[in-house]
Amino acid sequence: MPRSLPGRSRGSRIGQLFSGLNGGASIGRLLSTRRRHPLAAIAVLVAVLFTAGGAYAALAPSTSQNVQAASSTQIDEGRQLFAIGCSSCHGLNGEGQVNDNGDVLGPSLIGVGAAAVDFQVGTGRMPLAAPSAQAERKPVSYNQEQIDAMAAFVASLAPGPEVPDEQYLDTAEGNVARGGELFRTNCSQCHNTTGQGGALTMGQFAPNLTGVEPRHIYEAMITGPQAMPVFSDQTVTPEDKRDIIAFLESVQNEPDPGGLAIGRAGPVAEGLWAWLVGIGLLIGMATWIVTRSSKA
Amino acid sequence: MSTHNVNPNGDEHAVVPHGEHAVVPADPIADPGLHYYDERLTDVDKKAERRAERQVAGMFALASLLTVAFIVFYVIVGIHPDDPEDGVNIGDVQVSNLTLGLTLGLALFLVGAGAVQWARSLMSSPEVVHERHPLRSDDETRAAALADFETGTEETGFGRRKLIRNSLLGALALLPLPAVILLRDLGPNTGESPGERKQHTIWAEGVRVLTDVTFMPIRAADLEIGQLVNAMPATFEDLPEHGPERINERAKSPVMLVRMLPEDVHVAPGRENWGVDGILAYSKICTHVGCPISLYEQTTHHMLCPCHQSTFDLSDNGKVIFGPATRSLPQLPIAVDSEGYLIAQSDFTEPVGPSYWERTR
Amino acid sequence: MSAIVNGAGKVVDFVDQRITASNWLKRNIRKVFPDHWSFLLGEIALFSFIMILLSGVFLTLWFKPTMAHIMYEGAYVPMRDVGMSEAYASTLEISFEVRGGLLMRQVHHWGALIFLAAMSAHMLRIFFTGAFRKPREINWLIGVILLVLGVAAGFTGYSLPDDLLSGTGLRIIEGGMLAIPIVGTYLSSFLFGGEYPGDDIIARLYPMHILLIPGLILALVAAHLMILWYQKHTHWGGPGKTNTNVAGAPFFPIYVAKAGGFQFIVMGVIVLLAATIQINPVWLWGPYDPSVVSAGTQPDWYVGFLDGALRVMPAWEFYVFDHPITMSVLIPAILLPGIILTPLALYPWIEQRATGDTREHHLLDRPRNVPVRTGIGVAFIVFYVLLWIAGGNDFFATILEIPVNWITWFIRIGIFVLPPLAFFVTKRICLGLQRRDRDKVMHGRETGIVMVSPDGEFSELHAPLTRSQAYELTWHERQLPSDPGPATDANGIPNPNYRSKRAQARLSRFYFGDVVQKPTREELESAHHDGHGAEAAQRDELTSGQQ
Repeated sequence: MPRSLPGRSRGSRIGQLFSGLNGGASIGRLLSTRRRHPLAAIAVLVAVLFTAGGAYAALAPSTSQNVQAASSTQIDEGRQLFAIGCSSCHGLNGEGQVNDNGDVLGPSLIGVGAAAVDFQVGTGRMPLAAPSAQAERKPVSYNQEQIDAMAAFVASLAPGPEVPDEQYLDTAEGNVARGGELFRTNCSQCHNTTGQGGALTMGQFAPNLTGVEPRHIYEAMITGPQAMPVFSDQTVTPEDKRDIIAFLESVQNEPDPGGLAIGRAGPVAEGLWAWLVGIGLLIGMATWIVTRSSKA
Repeated sequence: MSTHNVNPNGDEHAVVPHGEHAVVPADPIADPGLHYYDERLTDVDKKAERRAERQVAGMFALASLLTVAFIVFYVIVGIHPDDPEDGVNIGDVQVSNLTLGLTLGLALFLVGAGAVQWARSLMSSPEVVHERHPLRSDDETRAAALADFETGTEETGFGRRKLIRNSLLGALALLPLPAVILLRDLGPNTGESPGERKQHTIWAEGVRVLTDVTFMPIRAADLEIGQLVNAMPATFEDLPEHGPERINERAKSPVMLVRMLPEDVHVAPGRENWGVDGILAYSKICTHVGCPISLYEQTTHHMLCPCHQSTFDLSDNGKVIFGPATRSLPQLPIAVDSEGYLIAQSDFTEPVGPSYWERTR
Repeated sequence: MSAIVNGAGKVVDFVDQRITASNWLKRNIRKVFPDHWSFLLGEIALFSFIMILLSGVFLTLWFKPTMAHIMYEGAYVPMRDVGMSEAYASTLEISFEVRGGLLMRQVHHWGALIFLAAMSAHMLRIFFTGAFRKPREINWLIGVILLVLGVAAGFTGYSLPDDLLSGTGLRIIEGGMLAIPIVGTYLSSFLFGGEYPGDDIIARLYPMHILLIPGLILALVAAHLMILWYQKHTHWGGPGKTNTNVAGAPFFPIYVAKAGGFQFIVMGVIVLLAATIQINPVWLWGPYDPSVVSAGTQPDWYVGFLDGALRVMPAWEFYVFDHPITMSVLIPAILLPGIILTPLALYPWIEQRATGDTREHHLLDRPRNVPVRTGIGVAFIVFYVLLWIAGGNDFFATILEIPVNWITWFIRIGIFVLPPLAFFVTKRICLGLQRRDRDKVMHGRETGIVMVSPDGEFSELHAPLTRSQAYELTWHERQLPSDPGPATDANGIPNPNYRSKRAQARLSRFYFGDVVQKPTREELESAHHDGHGAEAAQRDELTSGQQ
């Protein structure tokens, strides 16, 4: 059931939750939502710090409890979808695949968590259309239930970052000014001060953030998709992230008081306009001025 | 119209002929003389003339209307909120800018266009020809001017009185010095020399690494593989609220923490203990011309500068792999304190930022 | 005196009785100004400068040139409680709390971009038409200085709001200064009042921007115009338009009406740009913080070529007595401006050396008639535009969706390959155009009508040119390469100046060796005798009245 648009409202997700189309999944989601209480996160963190040493273990709040919470039906559905749509590159069990030349076909998904799946599939980046320097945002190929199922399957492979809690996506609660400071310190170096994106090395680029759903921005920060580094909840707290998302929403919805924004792209675009439109127009006027009115 | 001089060969100038050319061949076409213009419609057709007149007057009148409209928009499009707490409504500023700009711009434009149209269509405009005269003075005037100057020089005795001349030249040569000396206090005149000030930052042994903006201490366990943290030293918070120290340190001390798989790190000799389990700290100030950089690609461990595209490999001691930067990004040696928080082992072992003369090898 | 009674007369009378104004007026009020669109480029620069002065005075009424650190509490909500300098806060105030303030900021900035663009275009016009030749070398020099001052005015103004973009620009300036051997750190320390960025720089740039630089510009503009007025404007040759006269409209009233009108048109266009296109939205960039940067950081267009040179210069540093010499910064930031400006300023004398020509020139060159100069000019434009593209390489990489590294490499190679190529191609095009002009004069204009002769020969019908049309193509001076003469004179005594003359002749051959000469009178007459009917008729028309 391909969906053509990445955007969907929170309301429709809640609607899905109670639609009864897939009872098991709904209950599973309900449970996992409850478990994403902040206190649960701390408990989880403590548990993780105690149980798992080393780099892999020091991860975002997520636990095997969550994995168990997802119903086995949902995981099974996810496994089937994964086998059809993803396993050719990522392997049947998400272990990743390498071709005969040693090139990575698809990286291992062990430990990437539900957030990574929700981000990659939910923004249309996965499944990949064609190999390129970087996967790009495009129409989404799955509906949210299918995405949730695949997320549950991948989350069942190993603990990883969870889909963020709704309370940290409520931009009405965010502090825009503080979000701006955090954004300029942590994000604008790649995404530009207004989230317009920018060039990275060798054809990679930081994408334009205009119109990206808050959930996906949050997920990108905790999972670090592709070249993007990870901004874990311990160093950029969920409240910080909410402020950042609120800032982005504010700056994107802000009218441009000076007129056409010309891409909010700064001096290069302005210089082009000054030459092409400004000087062009004035030279046009000059050619008119030096002529005389029509001949008798 | 005055008749006008035709130069039969077009190259008869009232100036010295030049160079050692061969004889310049004659021009093929003789100057046919000034071509007088054809009359305009407005010169012969009364109706066209009146139409042009109305056109010009219309533009001026419209300009007046637009000027009045400018004043009206200034008054009615408010940008000040009723309650200052609310802040400005940017939509109001947008409307204000557009209406004020369009009315004023068009009014100016129409005044100009009207004046030009008046000149183009109604002012009688014969083509006038003026003769040029050589810019060089004639020999007699030149000789007289030179003679006057020489008389003056003679009267001063400037050439003869060498003592006066030399002492005057000496005095004049020295006088600019105060103007230069007076600029000395543009820079500080106490404390370290500019080069010495660049040698150190406020990082020191045991100083905790704090997240920037929020200033929270960071545990090693808080960092995931692929993580980037923009960070500042804890000593930054002790700097005085006012004065330049804070902003100066922001230009020197910011670091970025990254974490990668320990096996991905190629440690240079002597830096074996500078990281904590794959966590490395590098200066955020580009070694090219000093832009702050933190465009980190976790997949390649490359760090790109958005100003001039210098690219550094953070898995290889900050080595330059592309662009104009000539030296590696300085690395800050870090460790973990008794409470598990990241701290600096020392200040940077080399100055951060661009090269400068005093920065010896 | 009694004849003068009415309003204007009274004023003239008053002034005349005190400073003998009638004498000056009599000589100047009908002064001739030739008409051509390209003669108005300098006017665009002048008029936009006036607009900049007016809007700039308005901005000074609110702008606070201080870096004192405050917490913002103004009207722009997304910045409330953010720490920033008073300079930045007052820029926000002008934008959001002063009616028409944003408009005037945008007028000021668009005016500045257009001022510099118009100056550049004006200079290119002067170059390509040879208007810098004797006696106008002084005005050329003044123009070069004005361009440098214009860039300085622009850059200091760009830096004043103390926003993230402009602060990063100053950081790059500091990095450039540090690369200067021995004194670099001291220069930086004096400019910034200690360590970078300190809290002095905005207050120091401010008097430069609003007093010193505009004052110098005004003084030099006055000198520029007085010299222009005294020397009379150059004009294009043509029937009745020679090197010893000037033809055009009288200063009063036609020129006053047109130039006065153009002043308002330029102001109107700038205000309309400011009304409709947003420029430098500093509230989006954020306050300056030396630890923060934005993707897509670029300077205004007129500094872009320097930033571009910094971007494409490969890494190069060596040590002299243990001290670093950072060529990758020194060459683009410190040496390049000198490398560009020195030949630019000296060009009139360089070309004078090639031509050996010390006469006055008041007729402009059609660019095609001096192919080498035109080629040099186009090569320079290509060089400059490549650096400018380099200055926005990340911007163009994003738009074209190609790796930024490719653009950098393309320019690293292109900067050496493309300008010579542009020189060669331009010169060829000019020579082709000259050949076409010559053919037109010799054989008339191609009509596109093909005729078949009785014995089956195809030929295109050529329509004769009028004498005026033919003169338009031949009024220019015949430029022949100079000849050094014999190394020894008739008595075998070596010519002491021979070496310098030979060098001069080489330069002259470079300039004029390939020029396609217009036909001589003899050539035209002999073409006449071989010609077909229509051409013969033309020849009669052209050569009649020649004796």
